Amino acid sequence: MIAVALPRRAIALPSVSHLALRVWQRNRDVYFNIWRSEVVWPIVDPLITLVALGLGLGGFVELPVKQSYVDYIAPGLLAVFPMWVAAGETGWGSFFRMENQRTYDAIVSTPASIDDVVTGEILWAATRAAVSVVYILVLVSAFGAVESPLAVLILPLALLPGLMFAAISLCYTSIARSISTLNYFFAAFITPQFWLAGVFFPLDRLPEWVRVVAWFTPASHVVNVYRGLVQGDPHWGHLGDIAWMLVVTAVAYTVAVYAMRRRLVK
Amino acid sequence: MPDIIVARDLTKRYGDFTAVDGISFSVRAGECFGILGPNGAGKTTTIRMISCVSPVTSGELLVDGMRVQDQPRRIKSILGVVPQENNLDPDLTVRQNLRAYARYFDLPRQVTEERIEESLALLQLTEKRNERIDELSGGLKRRLTIARGLLNAPRIMVLDEPTTGLDPQARHLVWQKLRYLRSQGVTMLLTSHYMDEAERLCDRIVILHQGRIMAEGTPPDLVLRHAGREVIEVHVGEEDRGPILQQLASRNGVTVEEVEDILYVYVRGDDGLDAASLKVDADKVVYRRANLEDVFLKLTGRGLAGE
Repeated sequence: MIAVALPRRAIALPSVSHLALRVWQRNRDVYFNIWRSEVVWPIVDPLITLVALGLGLGGFVELPVKQSYVDYIAPGLLAVFPMWVAAGETGWGSFFRMENQRTYDAIVSTPASIDDVVTGEILWAATRAAVSVVYILVLVSAFGAVESPLAVLILPLALLPGLMFAAISLCYTSIARSISTLNYFFAAFITPQFWLAGVFFPLDRLPEWVRVVAWFTPASHVVNVYRGLVQGDPHWGHLGDIAWMLVVTAVAYTVAVYAMRRRLVK
Repeated sequence: MPDIIVARDLTKRYGDFTAVDGISFSVRAGECFGILGPNGAGKTTTIRMISCVSPVTSGELLVDGMRVQDQPRRIKSILGVVPQENNLDPDLTVRQNLRAYARYFDLPRQVTEERIEESLALLQLTEKRNERIDELSGGLKRRLTIARGLLNAPRIMVLDEPTTGLDPQARHLVWQKLRYLRSQGVTMLLTSHYMDEAERLCDRIVILHQGRIMAEGTPPDLVLRHAGREVIEVHVGEEDRGPILQQLASRNGVTVEEVEDILYVYVRGDDGLDAASLKVDADKVVYRRANLEDVFLKLTGRGLAGE
């Protein structure tokens, strides 16, 4: 398959097979055994936020356009809560499987490769993120915050940001020394995006440099696209956001594969 | 019998540290081959290279004729790996663990279910099939790990310290099952630092120490070659050793080793000399047959007196 067989390849191309799906299936089996405790946060968290910020705080908020505050934050919630789900799954979840349960060791002693493991883990995290998008879409619909039927397009699209956040998070997991050092990643990277990616207030209220910084944060692009779809106002710029996500996902995935090999193949 | 695993000048280095230092050996199809050695000797590293999870630094390593660098997936599909550390899935039941594992081998559904039932029955786990992993004892977990390693009907079982940490009952049961598998034609490669385990199970062994092979052969052969037929353990204080050492020094076919408060007298016995005729005089003298543990300690643990 590889045309040039070098005696010892320092860097081998990713070796991904259908066995990545077996890794996904393994995670699904575990989830079905423990779903009762796992399903709580992805539903309760957005629900509380809709009530507290949307209805509660929203009563004091006057937007420049005629729009309720619940309506304003709904698209962003579809972006940032699933971000937490995906990043948490390949953060704490993957670290725990790798270091505490030694699940990866068990898998790579079968025909599956470590690249299959990385791919399966990211696919699984993205799946969970996409499922949480469904929950939140139902919730915000119940709050009457979906203005356009175009919002349905978020469902097929949701896998992409899921993959992106899962891949980025797995990159960090591959260098994390202990489970507590994952806190740095979540405190420095995920939490700021939650609050500052344009979910709760428009970024153009902030100084110019903040908008520049925001462009480099993955969540802001997800929020842009989702806002366009939920409010029935998609435009060509959103394709740029999607392209941005595709590029970052591809880069993060590749980095995750090599970083995990570096950690585990010894 | 053809060689199913061949290592030539196999080396593994981690930075400046050489874990496996140019070892050569081969495992014949159908035999039980043991890699013995103290902790840190390179046993697990060797096994990990054979299992295609640790890259070879240099040298050649063939499993069933395939280079580990070239065909890792195909090689892993014929191996049944039983790791030292428990890595069962704690959130899955016994049967779910086996199903999840079998999926990586792309077996037809029917075959998977049959193999699961067979493995469970063989390891006497059938009635535990719906239990959670954390409800199993250490012995049951190890048996389940072995059952898991059998799902792909492996040609080679690779067992890393299969009975470490088990109670005597569990050890004997595991040994019995491993002997059964061997009788079914499965090649066995195991590591151990239990000599009785190696003596009971292995057709041939290598003793590894600091990454090198110190000795290779069948267990009786190694015992005869390195320890002789008999051993006298003489419990005697330092001050009373002189006469005994003098008495033994002149005898051919006898070597003496001083270890703390015990003198070990190895009697080669190939010239008809038997240990009892030496009439060693001390408070406590134990005569026994030489065993693999003597070989092991001689080669890896402590230097011979006078060496």
